[in-house]
Amino acid sequence: MSIREDQSRFKSIIKAKVRDDFKRYVTSGELIGKREDEFVKIPLPRIDIPTFRYGPKQKEQGVGQGDGEASEAAGNPGSNKGEAGNQSGEHMIEVEVSMEELADILGEKLELPKILPKGTKNILVEKNKYSGLAPVGPEGLRKFKQTYKKALTRYISSGTYNPDDPIIVPIRRDYQYRAVKKTPLPHTKAVVIYMMDVSGSMGDEQKEIVRLESFWINTWLKKHYKGLDTRFIIHDASAKEVDENTFFKTSESGGTLISSAYKLCQQIIQADYATSEWNIYPFHFSDGDNWSGEDTRVCLSLLKDFFLPNVNVFSYGQVESKYGSGQFLKDLQKEFINDDRLTLSQIEGRDKILSSIKDFLGKGK
Amino acid sequence: MANLTFELETERKKISQIAKDCGLDFFETIFELINYDQISQIGSYGGFPVRYPHWRFGMEYEQLSKSYEYGLSKIYEMVINTDPCYAYLMEGNSMMDQKLVMAHVYGHCDFFKNNVWFSKTNRKMMDQMANHATRIKRYIDRHGYEAVEKFIDNGLSLENLIDRYSILNNPQNLTDTKSFTQNDSYLFKVEKPYMRNYINPPAYIAGQKLKQDEKNLQKTQFPLSPVRDVLSFLMHYAPLEDWQKDILSIIRDESYYFAPQGMTKTLNEGWASYWHSYMMTRYILNDSEIIDFADHHSGATFMQIGGYNPYKVGIELFRDIEERWNKGRFGREWSECDDVRERKNWNKNTNLGREKIFEIRKIYNDVTFIDEFLTEDFCVRNKMFVYKLNKETGKFEVDTRDFKAIKAQLLFQMTNFGQPIIKIEDANFENRGELLLQHAHEGLDLQPNYMDATMLNLFKIWKRPINLVTIMGNEAFLFRYDGNQYSKHSLSDNNKTDVGGPQVPAKA
Repeated sequence: MSIREDQSRFKSIIKAKVRDDFKRYVTSGELIGKREDEFVKIPLPRIDIPTFRYGPKQKEQGVGQGDGEASEAAGNPGSNKGEAGNQSGEHMIEVEVSMEELADILGEKLELPKILPKGTKNILVEKNKYSGLAPVGPEGLRKFKQTYKKALTRYISSGTYNPDDPIIVPIRRDYQYRAVKKTPLPHTKAVVIYMMDVSGSMGDEQKEIVRLESFWINTWLKKHYKGLDTRFIIHDASAKEVDENTFFKTSESGGTLISSAYKLCQQIIQADYATSEWNIYPFHFSDGDNWSGEDTRVCLSLLKDFFLPNVNVFSYGQVESKYGSGQFLKDLQKEFINDDRLTLSQIEGRDKILSSIKDFLGKGK
Repeated sequence: MANLTFELETERKKISQIAKDCGLDFFETIFELINYDQISQIGSYGGFPVRYPHWRFGMEYEQLSKSYEYGLSKIYEMVINTDPCYAYLMEGNSMMDQKLVMAHVYGHCDFFKNNVWFSKTNRKMMDQMANHATRIKRYIDRHGYEAVEKFIDNGLSLENLIDRYSILNNPQNLTDTKSFTQNDSYLFKVEKPYMRNYINPPAYIAGQKLKQDEKNLQKTQFPLSPVRDVLSFLMHYAPLEDWQKDILSIIRDESYYFAPQGMTKTLNEGWASYWHSYMMTRYILNDSEIIDFADHHSGATFMQIGGYNPYKVGIELFRDIEERWNKGRFGREWSECDDVRERKNWNKNTNLGREKIFEIRKIYNDVTFIDEFLTEDFCVRNKMFVYKLNKETGKFEVDTRDFKAIKAQLLFQMTNFGQPIIKIEDANFENRGELLLQHAHEGLDLQPNYMDATMLNLFKIWKRPINLVTIMGNEAFLFRYDGNQYSKHSLSDNNKTDVGGPQVPAKA
């Protein structure tokens, strides 16, 4: 039945709407709460064909039935059967969009380049695919079109082809069959390690921004790496590894030693992720405050000696906060000018989330 | 076609015979047994198996199938007004449900065949719809999906701008251009051809024509009188390609086909419910099914507090009328009697009830039905009231139980069957080829955002500025969309000095 076509047309209209309103979804976070395994559910107002119709006043008055004196509550006139029609404007519909499609929209909106996994880190897996051709095979796998083409070639090359009577009769040696072809499939492994400063100077708004950014970064990376690993580290003066939930909920107070997180991250990589096999993406978010210049120097040398040579790209996002000095970003900028293994981004507020994501992922690494 | 199981077919024959014995008169009715997915598909196509491609059917389907899957709602019965009638039964419903649906459907089929508002509908609409689909698919092949879809969207925006009351005069005739332009009312009626030149002498005709031409020169009013069938007008006079005109005519045809169903919702559902209840309880149900029946019947005819259920109002009114006409509770004597006790025991054994309700199903529509048969007694007995939104508390409250108010409110909701009345007043407004529409304001304002969007769509068809006169918040305005921007001009007297404001004819 052709309702399937109408349905898919409707869905593509809806998706176009999501695309148009994409910026709003990125910065509002309503998608994250609605996430299921493979899909996100996006609430949209039901799309309507406009007609001249009565305004909302019509609903303020009506006829009902039941007990009760004047000015007693009459209950809520719910949607009642039968009287469909002029009440559609308020319904919401939920559209299911797969994470894959969401990533596509993100990529399209930000014009993100495809990520090219590091060459040596690809494990090739061979897979059998019926995409080849062979002159022998079972009749069930005979390719009619190719067989015809072969026969046609034979006719033309032997000069027996007659355009007025274009009958082609294939003979045994024209026959073409589908055959197995071994296709190497790249199999890549990747891990994202999120580090976040949870010291007193990082407020709720800053954490929400980090949460939104990490959601979109994950979405994009997942599109490129099947089976993406994620790890979470929080730090103030000391660092510890936590699960995703704790990562976004924890609020500590006290000082900040960024190096503690970097050291823990180094340990995790060395323990679990052989740099020859894994694509590694460390992300660090903070407000740019560090305890001392001494600690910053430790961080810089860790970056230079361990991280940058071993990871795909190291990303640092600095979330603007009232209390942070923002010094760390400046230190990094000074130390690593034009080093494209390090990505720096400054996030002044929710509005800048999109451009910051572009900073991080725009290099295609 | 019919694929009923043996048991269902046996019941169908039985119920069909019972319905005939009850006096119902219907076209042959074909029942098809389909699954829930098919019923959602057909339901989203308005009951038809084939419609032209358009996303809004996909949207309907999405909602119907989802709400069934989530257990929120279920389509019980569906029947289409064609000859033969087609009706659908859902696989997996209990036998009692199937019987209930069949009995209900025969009620609808009788109504379709006999009610006067359906008398001009195309009974081969199934073929017609398929034909529409073929035509639109052909246009898609020729002009591209996007172009056709966009135009359909524009056209559907005007779908409700038809003349519902013209149904009885066969709306197809309205496509005759004469009704918009020519006026030969000065000619006397000629019965015998050879008398023509005596009754209407050429000199007289020439003189009248001259007069009329002069008149036309003075008054370049076009159309001559306001037009309610906006779609038809646009088909003839908007600068459109042939395929676009054809799409408008398709939308218009389907709109006219569905119009009577909107005009007789209460009557039709009330009639079918009356008959399913009558037949089920007397002839069809067996003892074990009675509880389930009562449960489902009351579910369908349950009136939510503050809601309006056409099934409920319809069936109660039919029963009330039957009783009144059986006991002779009508006419002058009855209405002049104000002795409570006498009224209560009033029974003249007239036994005209059955005859009366058959008459009603023949010549009434919802508006005339409510207007004539909703009585004060009925409202009191059914505890009806008017509710209002209390803006301070945000809650709906009982406003009054006054009979006149209830009736007024019900009729008000049904005026033009819930659609605003909008006419084309002038198609050469300001002598600039602009379109002037007049909204006959009945106390309710138009919804502004939909109004703007609709004017935009109308502009895309007419391709000249669109003007609409209506009342918004107790003040008359002329709303205008000129292709780039919207503007509005107040029409109330103290604001007449509106700079550059157009001259607007007096309100119709």
